[in-house]
Amino acid sequence: MELAVFSVFALLAVVSAAVVVLHRNPVYSVMSLVVTLISLAALFVMLGAPLIAALLVLVYTGAILVLFLFVIMLLNVGREEPATGGAAQKWVAVASALMFGTILGTLLWGRHFGLASGPLDAEYARPLPLARVLLSEYLLPFEMVGLLLLAAVIAATVLARRSEPGGEPDGGGTAEGGR
Amino acid sequence: MSVPVAGYFVLAAALFAIGTLGALTRRNGITIFLSIELMLSSVNLALIAYSRVLAEAGYALEAALRGQVIVFFVIAIAAAEAAVGLALFIAIYRNRQTIDVNRLNLMRW
Repeated sequence: MELAVFSVFALLAVVSAAVVVLHRNPVYSVMSLVVTLISLAALFVMLGAPLIAALLVLVYTGAILVLFLFVIMLLNVGREEPATGGAAQKWVAVASALMFGTILGTLLWGRHFGLASGPLDAEYARPLPLARVLLSEYLLPFEMVGLLLLAAVIAATVLARRSEPGGEPDGGGTAEGGR
Repeated sequence: MSVPVAGYFVLAAALFAIGTLGALTRRNGITIFLSIELMLSSVNLALIAYSRVLAEAGYALEAALRGQVIVFFVIAIAAAEAAVGLALFIAIYRNRQTIDVNRLNLMRW
């Protein structure tokens, strides 16, 4: 049963990841990445991390990918035109990615083959121990991530703002900020 | 029947390789960005699986949960990265009317 669920979600993740990479229309790529991330969230639940799975769905598919969609529609990117040359580059990239994936997969497979993920104690999957680790041992990084997010929001607003020619103070002010 | 943890690692390696392929071959900047997000997520899967391995190997709960804490930080930093990166693409598009990375060769040697 567990193997069947794992197989379904693993297959779904790999196929939709391939669609992300291969589809020419970026809107479909984003939608396909949503499928990949939701199947990864299901695998997280199977590994005993339901809080992280919920976070992944909320933050990634709820916020980041919506931002991607928004930018794609704002820029009207559309379909990528076919490559003008450099088929060699593509094959080298395919070969190196395959080689890299094979090496990585073989190493990890050989090292952990014997380990089966059996039943787990209920304490591991509860949010309370995770929150305790996060808010005591990792309190400083936690606060720093909050600051980093604030800095990123400010930086994004500044970068995406339409700069006025000549640099004179504009009448519209910050109301026409990019996001 | 339970799944060997190695299955999760192989899946993470496969997703990372697919993301690498996308980042190397695509020319649309946003699709390259999506491939990088895919690579980040595959690493998250590996970290969660390692956290599970530690928990089953008899480590203390606080030690085993560090993997999940790192995933939490990775997700937060990916959000910050996406916000700044997409703002950069908007700025580039405004100046050059394209986000095809082959045409953004101003700083190319």
